[in-house]
Amino acid sequence: MDGEPLLNIGIFVAIVAVTLFVVYRVSSRNTTTADYYAAGGAFTGVQNGIALSGDYLSAASFLGIAGAIAVHGYDGFLYSIGFLVAWLLPLLLIAERFRNVGRFTMGDVVAFRMRQRPLRAAAANSTLVISAFYLLAQMAGAGVLISLLLDVRSSGGQALVIVAVGAVMIFYVLVGGMKGTTWVQIIKASLLLVCVLLLTVFLLGKFGFSLSDLLNRAAGNNALGDQMLQPGAQYGKSETSKLDFVSLSLALVLGAGALPHVLMRFYTVPDALQARRSVLSATWAMVLFYGCTLVIGYGASAVVGSKTIMSAPGKENSAVPLLAFSVGGSVLLAIVAAVAFTTILAVVAGLTLTASASFAHDVYANVLKHGRPAPGSELRVARMTAVVIGLLSIVGGYLAIGQNVASLVALAFALAASANLPTILYTLFWRRFNTTGSLFSMYGGLGSCLLLIVFSPVFSGGATSFVKGVDFHLFPLNNPGIVSIPLSFLLGFLGTVLSRDRADEERSDELEVRSVTGIGASTS
Amino acid sequence: MGARSLRFRKLRWKGIPMTQASAFTHAPEPEKYVAFEPAVNDFSTGFGPDENAKPSYAAIREHPDFVRVRRRLTRFIFPVSVLFFVWYMTYVLLAAYAHDFMARRALGSVTVGLLLGLSQFVTTVVIMLWYARFTRTKVDPEIDRLRRFAGED
Repeated sequence: MDGEPLLNIGIFVAIVAVTLFVVYRVSSRNTTTADYYAAGGAFTGVQNGIALSGDYLSAASFLGIAGAIAVHGYDGFLYSIGFLVAWLLPLLLIAERFRNVGRFTMGDVVAFRMRQRPLRAAAANSTLVISAFYLLAQMAGAGVLISLLLDVRSSGGQALVIVAVGAVMIFYVLVGGMKGTTWVQIIKASLLLVCVLLLTVFLLGKFGFSLSDLLNRAAGNNALGDQMLQPGAQYGKSETSKLDFVSLSLALVLGAGALPHVLMRFYTVPDALQARRSVLSATWAMVLFYGCTLVIGYGASAVVGSKTIMSAPGKENSAVPLLAFSVGGSVLLAIVAAVAFTTILAVVAGLTLTASASFAHDVYANVLKHGRPAPGSELRVARMTAVVIGLLSIVGGYLAIGQNVASLVALAFALAASANLPTILYTLFWRRFNTTGSLFSMYGGLGSCLLLIVFSPVFSGGATSFVKGVDFHLFPLNNPGIVSIPLSFLLGFLGTVLSRDRADEERSDELEVRSVTGIGASTS
Repeated sequence: MGARSLRFRKLRWKGIPMTQASAFTHAPEPEKYVAFEPAVNDFSTGFGPDENAKPSYAAIREHPDFVRVRRRLTRFIFPVSVLFFVWYMTYVLLAAYAHDFMARRALGSVTVGLLLGLSQFVTTVVIMLWYARFTRTKVDPEIDRLRRFAGED
C-alpha cells in the first residue's frame, strides 16, 4: 500500500487532539465516584446509545469483520449477525433492570441480595479477567494496525506506538473519567458510522445500486469464487469446525450483554427509560454499521480482490484500508486509519475505566473496607488502578504483538457469557437463587472457560497458537462457549438447590420491586 | 388464569385514588391484603415527603398493581427472548450444516443464506420496535403510577 505515513499521522494526531480537548473541557467536574464511574448518570439515552455502540464496535469489528467478508465471504457475515442479534438480550432482559438496581459496577447487582464480600470479589474477578482479554486484543490490534497503516514495521516502532496509545488512554480516563470517555466514544462512533456509510453508498453507486452485481463482481474477484456467497468456506471444513462455529455463535449472542464494560454503560443515564433508549439507539447504530460491513466486505473483494488483500502485510485486516485507498486515495486511507486508531483508543479507555471501577468499588471499598471506605479514598484507588492497568496493558500489548487478535475477542465473549450471564439472569429473575449458586456459577463458568481455553488449539497445537512448539491441547474447539455456558447455568442451579443458604428476604423484595419500577433507585 | 386477572382488574377499578401519595394505605379492601396490615407494612411510615426511610418493598411487591405490571412484562420478555434465540440458533445451525440449502440462488446472485442473514437484521429491528411500543403503551404508564404512589417523582 502506498499511503503517505505523514498524512496518516497528521490526520490521526488531529483527531486525537480534538478528543483530548473535548475530554479536558467536559471534565471540569470530575470529583466524586459517581462522576468518575458513571458521569453522574447525566447522559441522555441517545448520547449513551451512540457511546455504547462505540464501546462495542472495536477495531476488530471495523477491520476484522469487513476483512473476513472480503476474504472468506459469507462466513465473515455470520459474525455481523451474531454481534447484532446479541443486543436483544440486554434490551429485553438486562439494561433497564441493571439501571434500576445498581449504581456503578456489575457487582452492585449480583451482590445486591447475597452475601456482599464473596460476591463482590467474584464479580471483580470475572470483570478483571474479561477486561484483560479484551484489552490485550485491542492493544495487540494497535500493533497490527500500526505496521499496516503507518508503515512502522520494526518492533521498536510498534512498541513506541503501543506506549503512546496507553499514555493517551490513561489521560482520557484520569482526566475525563466516565464523562470524558463517553464523549470520546461518541466522537469516535459518529466518525466510524459516517465513514462506513460513505464507503457503502459509494460502493453501491459504483455497481448501480444492485447488490446482485456487487456480489457477482465480488465472487469473480475472489479466490473462492461463487463459494464466497454461501456459508462454509471458513467453518465448513470438518465436523469439528462446524461445531466450533456453533460454539462461537452461542458465545457471541449470549456474551455481548454480559461484557462488563457494556454493563457499566447502563449506569451513565438517569433512569431505566434512558437505559432502554440507550440500547435502542445503539442497536440502530449497529444495524446500520453491520449492514454496511456486508457491502464494504464484498465491495473490497470486488474492487481490490482477495489475492491483493491476502498478500498485503495485515492480510484480511487490510481489506478496508486497501479499499479506502483504491476508492479515495491517500486522504481517505488516512481518515480510515485515523478512525481505526481512535476506535482502539476509545475502547481501551472504556475497558480500563471499567476494570478500575470494579477494583476500587468492589474490591477496595466493599471487600477490603466493608463498604465504608474513607471519604475520597475510593476515587483515589480507582485512579491509581487505572494507571496500573494502563501500564500493564502497555506491557501486555507489547508481548501480544503478532497474536491472533480476533480469537482473543471471541474468547472474551465466551468468558462473559459463562461467568456473568447466568448469575445476572438468575439474580434478576429467580427468587430462590442464593449466594452459593452465584459463586458456583461465576467461578464455575469462569474457571471452566479458562481451563478449556488453556487446553484448546488457541493455546497450543494450532497454526496460530500462543504457545508454539508444544502441543498439549485436549479440547478440540477454539471457542469453549458451547460447553462452559450451559455448565455455568447448571452449576448456578445445582448450587442453589443443593445448598441451604437463603438470600436476604428484604433485599429480595427490594430487588424485585426496584428492578421493575426503579422505586428507590435514585436515593440509594 | 382468566379468573385471577379478572379479580385484579376488579380491584383496580374499585378505585385506588390516584392523587394521594398515601393512596396505598387507603386501599378499598384492606383485609384482603396481608401487605396492608399496618404493623408490618404501613406505607404511610415509609412515604412521607420529608422522610428518608426506605419504602416498604414487601408491601409494594404484593400490591395487585405491581403484580399485574410485572406479570405483563414477564409474559412479553421471556417468550420473545426464547423466540429470537431459537430463530437465531436455527439460522446458525442452517449455516453450519445445510450448505446446499443456504447456497441456493434466490434473486440473481443473492443466495438464500444471504436473505436469511438479512432477515435476522429485520427480525432484530422488528423485535426492538415491538418491545419499545409494548413498554411505552403497556408498561411505562403503570410504572409511573406505581412510582407516584410510592412518592417518587
